[in-house]
Amino acid sequence: MVILFYIAAIVAILAALGVVLQKTPVYSALLLIVVLCSLAVIYLLLGAEFIAFIQVIVYAGAIMVLFVLVIMLLNARRETPGQGSRMARWLGGPLLVVFLAEIVLAAWRQFPGAASPPPLNAGPAAIGQLLFRSYVLPFEVTSILILVAILGAVVLAKKS
Amino acid sequence: MLRDYLPILVQLIAVSTVGAAILAVSAWVGKRRPSREKLSPYECGSVPVGNARERFSISFYLVGMLFILFDVEAVFLYPWAVVYKSLKWFGFLEMFLYILVLLAGYLYIWKKGALDWTR
Amino acid sequence: MTPVQALDFIRVLPEIVLASCAILVMVAEPFVSARHTAALAWVSLIGIVAAGAGNAWMRRFSGPAFGGSIAADPFASYFVYLLLLAAALTLLGSVRYLETNQVHHGEFYALLLLGTTGACLMVAATELIMIFIGLEISSISTYILAGFRRADKRSNEACLKYFLLGSFATAFLLYGIAFIYGLTGTTNLVQLSEKLSAPGARPPLLWIALILAFVGLGFKVSTVPFHIWTPDVYQGAPAPVTAFLSVAPKAAAFAVILRVFLGGLASAGALVFWLLWISALLTMCLGNLAALWQTNIKRLLAYSAIAHAGYVLVGMAAAKAAGPEAGEGIASVLFYLAAYALMNVAAFILVAHLAGAGERYQEADDCTGLAYQRPGVAACLTLLLVSLSGFPATAGFFAKFYVFRAAIHAHLIGLTLVAVLNSVVAVYYYLRVVVAMYMREGNPRASASPLPWPLGAALALSLVGIFYLGLFPTPFVRLANLAASPLP
Repeated sequence: MVILFYIAAIVAILAALGVVLQKTPVYSALLLIVVLCSLAVIYLLLGAEFIAFIQVIVYAGAIMVLFVLVIMLLNARRETPGQGSRMARWLGGPLLVVFLAEIVLAAWRQFPGAASPPPLNAGPAAIGQLLFRSYVLPFEVTSILILVAILGAVVLAKKS
Repeated sequence: MLRDYLPILVQLIAVSTVGAAILAVSAWVGKRRPSREKLSPYECGSVPVGNARERFSISFYLVGMLFILFDVEAVFLYPWAVVYKSLKWFGFLEMFLYILVLLAGYLYIWKKGALDWTR
Repeated sequence: MTPVQALDFIRVLPEIVLASCAILVMVAEPFVSARHTAALAWVSLIGIVAAGAGNAWMRRFSGPAFGGSIAADPFASYFVYLLLLAAALTLLGSVRYLETNQVHHGEFYALLLLGTTGACLMVAATELIMIFIGLEISSISTYILAGFRRADKRSNEACLKYFLLGSFATAFLLYGIAFIYGLTGTTNLVQLSEKLSAPGARPPLLWIALILAFVGLGFKVSTVPFHIWTPDVYQGAPAPVTAFLSVAPKAAAFAVILRVFLGGLASAGALVFWLLWISALLTMCLGNLAALWQTNIKRLLAYSAIAHAGYVLVGMAAAKAAGPEAGEGIASVLFYLAAYALMNVAAFILVAHLAGAGERYQEADDCTGLAYQRPGVAACLTLLLVSLSGFPATAGFFAKFYVFRAAIHAHLIGLTLVAVLNSVVAVYYYLRVVVAMYMREGNPRASASPLPWPLGAALALSLVGIFYLGLFPTPFVRLANLAASPLP
């Protein structure tokens, strides 16, 4: 299990680096699918079955379709390397280090010595019990959120 | 629990091995005699016209967007279907309400003609 | 876990009414011919009034609902009235605007109602996930509304900027929420405050969660340095939309800040206080100074809106500093937001009228000599600007007065001094527009057509409100105190 975790994690990190460093947008998008799938494996290893499958169905499946569509819509070609803002270089780098250090520190303090946290039981049934009992209102209100998005898509993107 | 997913892992490995093997073997064994016809992109038998990198119509985007929205809606049906029996009537009503709201959205899209390709 | 009862639904009655009305408007829209779209506006207005009535009726049934996701308390009720008022005024101000700008689509009203629904959910939510969903509903509706004039480049720019920066900020908030959940194991504000106030319970990385959440919410209320989007979006968005988004999402986000930072996370005292203190200082000063250089009225009002957020933050810092006597500071914030809502919505919908078709005339110079052509309109704008600058006998005066008094009672003398100096500076830029209207001769380019009656009604309503708050503030202060007292 630990081996699987490391494989998935390394693939995820390499693919994520690829997403950022690739110059051709379509390749970035395809690598993003790899990232999402390896994240799904990690979720599965944590015992979050439902999230793992949502990750594949919604993110790697549906949302990537939109990514690729937008790339085709904008007719995006190879990027030409820009100057890169100075702010990003001076502020972004240290911030990245600080955030990484924080996360590592937090993990260290929360689980000292433990190799891996105990797997959760987060299959569809457990999620269902939570979602349809304790979180009924957020669930119902999500329908309104989707409704707003539908209105937005039609208002902004429909040919008049 | 993870043991249940072992077949999937086996299948993943099998599929990628077979796929890689086919590519490798055909690259290794096959002969190459490139000609103009063979090098042209394959578009299901019809003659390719123009450049593939053209701007797409915004209609594709609209349909893609609506697809995602209803896909997200459908995702909530999985956990609901699993616990449906223990929720009894209450579960039925809450999903009914949820679907009803989105049905209104669907009606709106339909009447608005957002799904009509020709318009 | 108690099962859901009818009472739970009663406690979210205003939201249910608003959402149902929005759905009705949305579904009816394709069936209504273009000439009769105004009918949808009146349906929406009825919906808003009905939601207000629902809000009044459910006062007898206050309490938490849906397993603690949401609470119907005086605090929520106060904010729901405020949001409904902002929505109603915006609606009245936008009917004619949409006609003259040829974007008269029913979706506008549906989105306005849905945006209000989201904001109402935010102010009543006592659970971080619920807050997040409410915030998303209200944000996404306003992103879309900002781009409602699709043919206009500035509107497109506003929409895109608002959307990109807004979703980035939302991600910060979500990251903060995830941290809070990871550290404490709960997203419920009541449980959160119990867990954190227990002796010895100081999760190590809580400060990161606090800062992340504050950045996310700071964007929504446009505190410096997260204000950069504000002038461009306020200028580019259709003016009635600006009226709405400068008030409703902002007031709702302030309500969330109050609930989260002074309620759920109250025990994380010093850091929250300094966050509020510093952003109050920066927001006031930068908003007012930048406003001095503006010639475009919409941009000027945008910077003024930033400055007002700064004053509100002074009130919050005062509430935080006062410790157990936070009530006065919170009440001053509530009063301020009510006054701000009345003044700002009215100012922007009036500017929408003056700018004419296509919003061509937004400069202060376009109003040159307006007082001689349209004395009524000019007087109206003058009163609004005078109130925004905080002259006595207007709502703006007492709003500032109560905030400053709370700050002095909390011994924030330095901050109060800066705030007073700032409000003196602010008079200059507000009066510049007034000077252009009255003191200079010339033909105003701004639309000199008579006020359409819905806009007139909205302006009359807000002016009555402004003078009522400015002359007889006491009953309203009592109301604000009542709403401020039982903060979780």
